[in-house]
Amino acid sequence: MGTSQNEQQSISDLVGQYKALPGALLPLLHAIQEHVGHVPDTAVPIIAKGLNLSRAEVHGVISFYHDFKTSPVGRHTVQICRAEACQSMGSRQLEAHAKKALGVDYGETTADGGITLEPVYCLGNCACSPSVRINDDVFARVDADRFDELVSGLSLEEGVAK
Amino acid sequence: MIFYIPQDTTALALGSEAVALALQSAGIEPIRNGSRGIFWLEPLLEVETDQGRIAFGPVAAKDVPSIIDALASDPTSHGLYQGEVADIPYLKSQQRLTYARAGLGDPVCLDNYQRLNGFEGLKNALQMTGQQIVDQVKDSGLRGRGGAAFPAGIKWQTVHDAGFSAAADKEPCQKYIVCNADEGDSGTFADRLVMETDPYQLIEGMIIAGLAVGANQGYIYLRSEYPVAHKLLNIAIDRAVQANFLGENIQGSGKTFHLEVRLGAGAYICGEETSLLESLEGKRGMVRAKPPLPAIEGLFGMPTVVNNVLTLAAISTILAEGAATYQNFGMGRSRGTLAIQLAGNIKRGGLIELAFGVTLREVVEDYGQGTYSGRPIRAIQVGGPLGAFMPESQWDTPMDYEAFAAIKAMIGHGGIVVFDDTVDMAAQARFAMEFCVVESCGKCTPCRIGSVRGVEVIDRIVANENRDNNLILLHELCDTMEFGSLCAMGGMTPYPVRSALAHFPQDFTGAGKGDK
Repeated sequence: MGTSQNEQQSISDLVGQYKALPGALLPLLHAIQEHVGHVPDTAVPIIAKGLNLSRAEVHGVISFYHDFKTSPVGRHTVQICRAEACQSMGSRQLEAHAKKALGVDYGETTADGGITLEPVYCLGNCACSPSVRINDDVFARVDADRFDELVSGLSLEEGVAK
Repeated sequence: MIFYIPQDTTALALGSEAVALALQSAGIEPIRNGSRGIFWLEPLLEVETDQGRIAFGPVAAKDVPSIIDALASDPTSHGLYQGEVADIPYLKSQQRLTYARAGLGDPVCLDNYQRLNGFEGLKNALQMTGQQIVDQVKDSGLRGRGGAAFPAGIKWQTVHDAGFSAAADKEPCQKYIVCNADEGDSGTFADRLVMETDPYQLIEGMIIAGLAVGANQGYIYLRSEYPVAHKLLNIAIDRAVQANFLGENIQGSGKTFHLEVRLGAGAYICGEETSLLESLEGKRGMVRAKPPLPAIEGLFGMPTVVNNVLTLAAISTILAEGAATYQNFGMGRSRGTLAIQLAGNIKRGGLIELAFGVTLREVVEDYGQGTYSGRPIRAIQVGGPLGAFMPESQWDTPMDYEAFAAIKAMIGHGGIVVFDDTVDMAAQARFAMEFCVVESCGKCTPCRIGSVRGVEVIDRIVANENRDNNLILLHELCDTMEFGSLCAMGGMTPYPVRSALAHFPQDFTGAGKGDK
């Protein structure tokens, strides 16, 4: 209850901070997602009231963009590029491997809550494909072995943190 | 000796950070420049020595000690030695205008930018009237680099002339400059490279655009897939504000221009200009019907210049060097230089800036040196996911907007994606439709529904189900999408599909991959 109240409060604060900005909704949603980790359903009426929009309009925007998540995601987000340049270098095989290795499909999170797997359509690293983005870092020339190495690096990092 | 190791996305993705750390632990503080776009040599370590600026690449962290040793004795003896950077043939043979500064120094260092002729174009522009600037852009022959190739000067003229309020005071209304940095086409990274290696050039181009049409507010709509560009642009804008190149009374001229970066949220369609404007307004990125043109009713209903990163970046060159210099490059109605991005299955991928007119074959064979896999090239997709797949018979086409349009292909944003002979063209055609399913904004039926049906029909053709009728159906569906869609998303998705069918029919027989 306490956490959820805090969350509501920080969402209200962010709405207050952004509402005067022209075209505020996208920057606001990014800020909420960065702060909370996702855009919870409970944020919709607060945003709607603050920006003088209908709840339907706010929901419509959240659901339109691939970036905005309405439920919690893993501690790390791993995106595999599905676009043509990466396909030409074997990303179809890489995505099959990644799904198998992590035991999840696109849009799903591993059982331990560690990794959410997502598709992405181009990371702009097309001369050194296949590309993978982990959180804010992009990696080039990722084959199955390199993928496993990167993913085990993430769990190792967490082990140290614990 | 000064050491340079890049900090742009591609160099980082190939391990440049580890090289920087290795240098630091050897007591060397490297300058973090941007890539020159010679991606097959990244991470490229450059060293300013008494004998010139030499390069080593591709460098891994473990190579650092031996490079330092070699520098003390004979650098040329090192296995990764590439000679003088400027003499690397891949770079030396290019005609760099927009990327002339790329890689030379710290991209966000304002002094460095000015030392390399930065803000010369702005200085000239501040002495001119809006109309004089617009005339320069018209004379340069510059066409929009985002893909549609619309003459930039004509767009600017429209915004320049638009929007005097009805009131008798003749006060011009609010206008906007919007930079389209939603570079979503696969195989493209030219915008990213400008933003990560020379962000002030874009900022300068936008200020000049503001002066030309009478706009005091600019937005860079940047895709969220570019976190490094986001960080660097924000630093550059902050510093430009502090140095009074942005904000009120720019350099004492009395002119005002504010600039802000706005982040997209993962939607390919927002690269379409009207969808981008909707998104900037905080709405779903739904395409608007045209007219009205954004030049008349754009952002928040006001006259707006929407230009691609490369178009705006070229403006600073045009105003600094003069329209005639820029106009001297190119062929036919395609003037200036084209930022070719060589990508996919290619041995030597990277950014190649050349005057229009070079052939596709020269690019992939001379610069690219064939495929990365070493197998023969089978198909080349130019212009992103909406561009046609070109078979070998078309590779001698010069890179020129009209020459490509004549064979139902397009240059688009200049991305080239190479496929070797293991490619399954039916799968690529299916993917084109599938991508349209995922990324359609949903406003018009041909795109929203047509793409879903397209995937199904291609599946039936490949499965040899009622094949002849389904082929007819697919062509009719492509006609409907091409002529009935509101924008290029639905309108051009048929290009890769039809070209795959026309040039690689054997892949659609259901027997797997044609002759193999």
